[in-house]
Amino acid sequence: MRLRFITGEVFNGLRRNLTMALSVVLVTFVSLTFVGAAALIQMQLGQLKDDWYGKVEVSIFLCPENSRYEQCAVGAVTVDQENQIRAVLEDGPVASIVDTIYYESREAAYENFVKHDQQGISQLLTPEQMQPSFRVKLKDPEQFQVVADATARLPGVEVVQDQREIFSQLFTFLNAATLVAAALAAIMLLAAMLLITTTIRLSALSRRRETTIMRMVGSSRSLIQMPFMLEGAVAATLGAGLAIAGLWAGVRYLVADWLSSSVTWVTYVGESDVWTVAPWLLMIAVLLATVSSVVTLGKYTRA
Amino acid sequence: MIRLDNVTKIYARGAKPALDTVSVDIARGDFVFLVGSSGSGKSTFLKLILREERPTTGDVYVAGRHLNKLSSWRVPHLRREIGAVFQDFRLLPNKTVYQNVAFALEVIGKSRSQVRATVPEMLDLVGLAGKEKRLPHELSGGEQQRVAIARAFVNHPPILLCDEPTGNLDPGTSIGIMRLLDRINRTGTTVLMATHDDEIVDQMRKRVIELRGGELVRDQDRGVYGLERV
Repeated sequence: MRLRFITGEVFNGLRRNLTMALSVVLVTFVSLTFVGAAALIQMQLGQLKDDWYGKVEVSIFLCPENSRYEQCAVGAVTVDQENQIRAVLEDGPVASIVDTIYYESREAAYENFVKHDQQGISQLLTPEQMQPSFRVKLKDPEQFQVVADATARLPGVEVVQDQREIFSQLFTFLNAATLVAAALAAIMLLAAMLLITTTIRLSALSRRRETTIMRMVGSSRSLIQMPFMLEGAVAATLGAGLAIAGLWAGVRYLVADWLSSSVTWVTYVGESDVWTVAPWLLMIAVLLATVSSVVTLGKYTRA
Repeated sequence: MIRLDNVTKIYARGAKPALDTVSVDIARGDFVFLVGSSGSGKSTFLKLILREERPTTGDVYVAGRHLNKLSSWRVPHLRREIGAVFQDFRLLPNKTVYQNVAFALEVIGKSRSQVRATVPEMLDLVGLAGKEKRLPHELSGGEQQRVAIARAFVNHPPILLCDEPTGNLDPGTSIGIMRLLDRINRTGTTVLMATHDDEIVDQMRKRVIELRGGELVRDQDRGVYGLERV
């Protein structure tokens, strides 16, 4: 009986305040889409870091012929110099943080370039124009500066490059995007909360006659308040559902279908990541509705 | 059944008390008129019994409960022992007669079979058999008040509080309502009725409690409305 009563009241309440209920649904939809998008961008970021930091290396480029750099003015790197550099990496103070060392000769660099070259630039080059290098993989990529300090001034070294620098701008951009999404999400969540509060208040006022009678005949406070709380929760949950559907569609059609076919060298977030975010969005929606109703109802349906 | 011990109620600090050291004892099965002009403290009296208000000082006992010590989550249980009827009926306009009465049972968690068994019986008692499907606006004032009484009494509470139940009704209709209340009283229900209606009070010759400016000025068995007419 109680369950039937509550569901009936919730349905009636939503129907009577249809426009308000719809606006709650839409506002939670938009706000939670932003929350979810921020979360997905962060996940994408984590994935990129995992992928790339595993691959990236510190590159110690050695002096080629005719280098533009001052420290290579004496000419190309000699075998002695190369051995010295290798000795520093293998036995010097930095040896403990170095994981693997790979020497890329001029010829190997050229072959590598040819392999990845899609525009035919390699036809204009000869192996002699390429630059030998040490590719050093670190146990902890954050320790780059230590290795750079130890090797940059050795004779025969042209320049030491941390490949992470190439990505740092992209990461900065993605982080900024997360911040923007999170800020918008916060504002929208606030709007959603205010709207839910107003909706519940209107609903409570429009049903004041019922609640007065319910108090009079001695129904429990929870039974009086439950329909209003559920109304907010149902509307917010619908909004969360839409947000999840929106995020799923975004990932499925925008990222998986379009982005991954046009920019292929990145692993993207997938549908499974949306399902990871989904329960959190639902939880935020329910929490949002509950907090708003507790704040509102105390005043309008007191015993 | 209802007892007030030296009860004083002051709404705002420094204001004149709405009730001033009032002591009243109403036994089970009594029929009591609560009379007095507007602002005499009748409403406060009823609100204290329903525990919509708490006394500033003094003690209130209703149906074996000490209301001063009653925690707020127990209040619904107290209200299930008190039926309340008002001058303005307070019916739900979009529900039928039957639904209005059933509502009172549904919201305190009675089963559907209980509702089906009790509501027709109650409508029969108040003389509305055959009008179950009418909406409140299709009924006369007297009939609407009968629905309200049916709703208040459907749970068979030991106490029935009536706040000016005949205030909106013509004298002929009022007599019908009073007969109904008398009949309910005869089932052992304690009836406390606040009223302005001197004719009814004079006719019924029941116990009369009179308030004036918050003070109890008369508590008389088989009384009439105005003292000067005794």
